[in-house]
Amino acid sequence: MERHITLPLTVELARTLHCGDTVYLTGEVYTSRDAGHKRMCEALARGEQLPFDPENATIYYVGPSPAKPGQVIGSAGPTTSGRMDAYAPTMMSVGARGMIGKGARLPEVVDAMKKYDSVYFGAIGGAGALLAKCIKKCEMIAYEDLGAEALRKLYVEDFPTVVIIDCEGNDLYEKGRADYLASKKPI
Amino acid sequence: MREIDVKQITDVVRRLCIEANQDLPADVQNAIRCCRACEDWEVAQNVLDKIIENFEIAKEEQVPICQDTGMACVFLEIGQDVHLTGGSLSEAVDEGVRRGYEEGYLRKSVVRDPVRRGNTGDNTPAMLYTELVPGEQIKITVGPKGFGSENMSAVRMLKPSAGLQGIRDFILETVEAAGPNPCPPIVVGVGIGGTFDKAALLAKKALMRPVDVPNPDPFYAELEKEMLEKINRLGIGPQGFGGRTTALGLNIETMPTHIAGMPCAVNISCHVTRHKTEVI
Repeated sequence: MERHITLPLTVELARTLHCGDTVYLTGEVYTSRDAGHKRMCEALARGEQLPFDPENATIYYVGPSPAKPGQVIGSAGPTTSGRMDAYAPTMMSVGARGMIGKGARLPEVVDAMKKYDSVYFGAIGGAGALLAKCIKKCEMIAYEDLGAEALRKLYVEDFPTVVIIDCEGNDLYEKGRADYLASKKPI
Repeated sequence: MREIDVKQITDVVRRLCIEANQDLPADVQNAIRCCRACEDWEVAQNVLDKIIENFEIAKEEQVPICQDTGMACVFLEIGQDVHLTGGSLSEAVDEGVRRGYEEGYLRKSVVRDPVRRGNTGDNTPAMLYTELVPGEQIKITVGPKGFGSENMSAVRMLKPSAGLQGIRDFILETVEAAGPNPCPPIVVGVGIGGTFDKAALLAKKALMRPVDVPNPDPFYAELEKEMLEKINRLGIGPQGFGGRTTALGLNIETMPTHIAGMPCAVNISCHVTRHKTEVI
């Protein structure tokens, strides 16, 4: 199914998205990857606030390349999500509901997704030049010293994703491959 | 004896860093287009179309194909009749990387300490490999290597009794374990023989060979073909969403080894497998 949705990702909206759906996202997303997640989770452990309101937020796992003059952002495709598995349940526990990345997640992340009604969107890994065209605004909001890993607020328009894991825990990596292999079996 | 100023090397490395990151090599482009033509799974066709559109945009607009512009792997084959002048060779290479990554708006992805981290801010140091060869030229190859795929690579010290089947199993096991993480369709570099470290270097060198150039030894050329077919029957598909196209190519490099061993390394690379070469 093809969907065009507007963020933030509420519980109600999240529950309408299913594994395998093509979803074009419009609205605000926050960028963070390894070092940013570590800092955010350390801040939460100290009882501090995050640099942005996590309620219904979508986090894009990306470390963009620098913008050329005239560009909003450099190439900006997803990084491997599995490295954020250690932090993702904590982020969901404070309200973050959407994740954009690529690659497999651990069972504990999927469990947290079911608990908090979260959605894991996949963007095409390695398609950074193409995906950057859907990013219309980019604002640095924290951890500027981390360079590519700094926390940024992006405004995206019709940003193409596929639901890899939905809030019921269905996983496209398992389903897509099984469906393909089943189609190749002699009838 | 020919004198070459290391500043010349700085300039070539600078340029190759930028070009490699913006212009996907022709062999990889062709492999992606061929796989798109053979792919019969709709989801996979759509992903491959986007991947083709992406590398076309990167070339046209001179922007990085992927935001992970990699660690700069630099291979120098230095003719033994060359006399290098003008300063340190490794500093000259790092200066080329520094300038290339700055001028090319490439991402700086290197941390100065593996445990304590801290970005070096200029993507140095390069991963530099030098080799002495006959002649009075220098062949410079720059292969920016992303880490989504590097992280899925593996080395195993196989017993000689494991034989060819042991190698087949290890390659498939590594690709299977990598699954969707390394941005398939992937390129697989395999190194067999040497020592623990040499096997890994052979695997990296295998990734620098164009995917349409088979191993000169027919035995290994056949193994490359066989393993590529086996990988493309796994069903992982582009991005892991299912499909035929899991790998674009598989290259094997080998060298002699010890009577007691059969080291095997599998270096995984993504569909943005980059390499540019120039001879000075």
